[in-house]
Amino acid sequence: MEAITNFLVSFPTEFPVLWILVRIVVIVLPLMLAVAYFTYAERKIIGYMQVRLGPNRVGPKGWLQPIADAVKLMFKEIIIPTGVNKFLFVLAPMLALGPALAAWAVLPFDDGMVLTDINAGLLYILALTSVGVYGVIIAGWVSNSKYAFLGAIRSAAQIVSYEIAMGFALVGVLVAAGSLNLSDIVHAQEGGLLHWFWLPLLPLFVIYFISGVAETNRAPFDVAEGESEIVAGFHVEYSGMTFAVFFLAEYANMILISALTALMFLGGWLSPFQGTFMESWFAWVPGIIWFFLKVLIFGFLFLWFRATFPRYRYDQIMRLGWKVFIPITIVWILVVAVAVVYKFPIWFD
Amino acid sequence: MTFEKFLFYFFAAMVIFAGLMLITRRNPVHSALFLVLAFFNAAGLWMLMEAEFLAIALVLVYVGAVMVLFLFVVMMLDINVAEMKPGCFIKYLPVGILIALTMVVEMVMVVGPKHFGLDIYASPVPHAPGYSNTDELGSMLYTTYMYPFEIAAVILLVAIVAAIGLTLRRRPETKYQNPSKQVLVKRDDRLRVVKMPSESKMELK
Repeated sequence: MEAITNFLVSFPTEFPVLWILVRIVVIVLPLMLAVAYFTYAERKIIGYMQVRLGPNRVGPKGWLQPIADAVKLMFKEIIIPTGVNKFLFVLAPMLALGPALAAWAVLPFDDGMVLTDINAGLLYILALTSVGVYGVIIAGWVSNSKYAFLGAIRSAAQIVSYEIAMGFALVGVLVAAGSLNLSDIVHAQEGGLLHWFWLPLLPLFVIYFISGVAETNRAPFDVAEGESEIVAGFHVEYSGMTFAVFFLAEYANMILISALTALMFLGGWLSPFQGTFMESWFAWVPGIIWFFLKVLIFGFLFLWFRATFPRYRYDQIMRLGWKVFIPITIVWILVVAVAVVYKFPIWFD
Repeated sequence: MTFEKFLFYFFAAMVIFAGLMLITRRNPVHSALFLVLAFFNAAGLWMLMEAEFLAIALVLVYVGAVMVLFLFVVMMLDINVAEMKPGCFIKYLPVGILIALTMVVEMVMVVGPKHFGLDIYASPVPHAPGYSNTDELGSMLYTTYMYPFEIAAVILLVAIVAAIGLTLRRRPETKYQNPSKQVLVKRDDRLRVVKMPSESKMELK
């Protein structure tokens, strides 16, 4: 027994590389499971919103539906169209999924519970979310199909436009927190519900989340898929496991955007009752629970949007990104900078 | 060989490999993708120099934005790959060699053994883990190099305005929507409710 505990205690220092691998697995496995059940939640929630039952046949109340879907996709044939570059064709879904998973390396789940605590975390996140578009572009181009190509072109234009608004929203967070480190950004929001950045950065908060919806190609900004006009957009030629990887990437990205919004605007792992008389009542709740609850709020919003809004027209998407969001973010960065310089109470004193 | 040295040679070799592939591929999209690979590895090299801000900014700006637009354009061009025969490559080879040689000579003049080396500059000391490259860059940029920084900013602004000025033209023949008008439209603008007496069969005949 003692030998086992000794081994467990000395494990991180004895095998540092293995220890990192273990921690990566501890993050990625639950994430993959969360992605699987996010798809189930989506079908169920949208079902109830449209007065349907949603999937309810596989397992009790349909709980095994995502497992059945995964098994189905794994055993389907991967069709590679004639005359395509096989290497790029298979690489594209991986390029879509890779950044969505790699970004989790710098996300703090609780105080100190983070894989790598780098001081340029925010920049790293921004860089990785912008790299994710390559999967879509390469998939659309290499498929040798009109519809896929149209999807890729739309997606490229849309992601580049919304990334600017997203980046400016992050600049606002960076100015307010005075740090690029995600843990420091959460610590800067300490002091209860009203101290979180959603209030002083309200316009940036809204813009960041909407840009996140656009960046992940979700409804109402899902023109890259546009099944009514261009069939399924960039992944029309993909089947089986290659399609499943695109699917995983989309949902992993949604969870990532939800987690980032929760960290930067809703105080991450901080308790909402901090500073009130109820603080001691909820002191036993670990920070990671608050974090997960906040992520769930945004995850639900993603699904709610899809059930509620019709798809935007393409020129309206561009207008919203360039002519509405970017000017607002620039003005609000100025407002935040002034508030920080003059130590505006209660957030920046 | 330490791990860092291995990483340096790995990234450097990948940059050279990607560069060579970039100029020898026939398909321009493949060339652009190899350029992306070269940028990634150059970012890795900068990361080894403890310049994490510049390394991530390189990925963010060049890989995330510039190359996406580049690919966007290259993919839309209808280039006949079969026509781009190796002869094309040979034709421009002398010019390429000339430019490459000039650059090598310039680099040797600046960082050659005469001006650069361990006997002239002491080997840099690694910074402590808490060192923030971003902070250092910011404080340098906004104090010592304030004027050059602002001049560069103004030049960029002029370039933006010029680019818009060159491409902006009013085309009266194209019909496009005015979104603010569309948003502000009211029922009364589109619909007229007409009151009229109901018609009977007898009157119609």
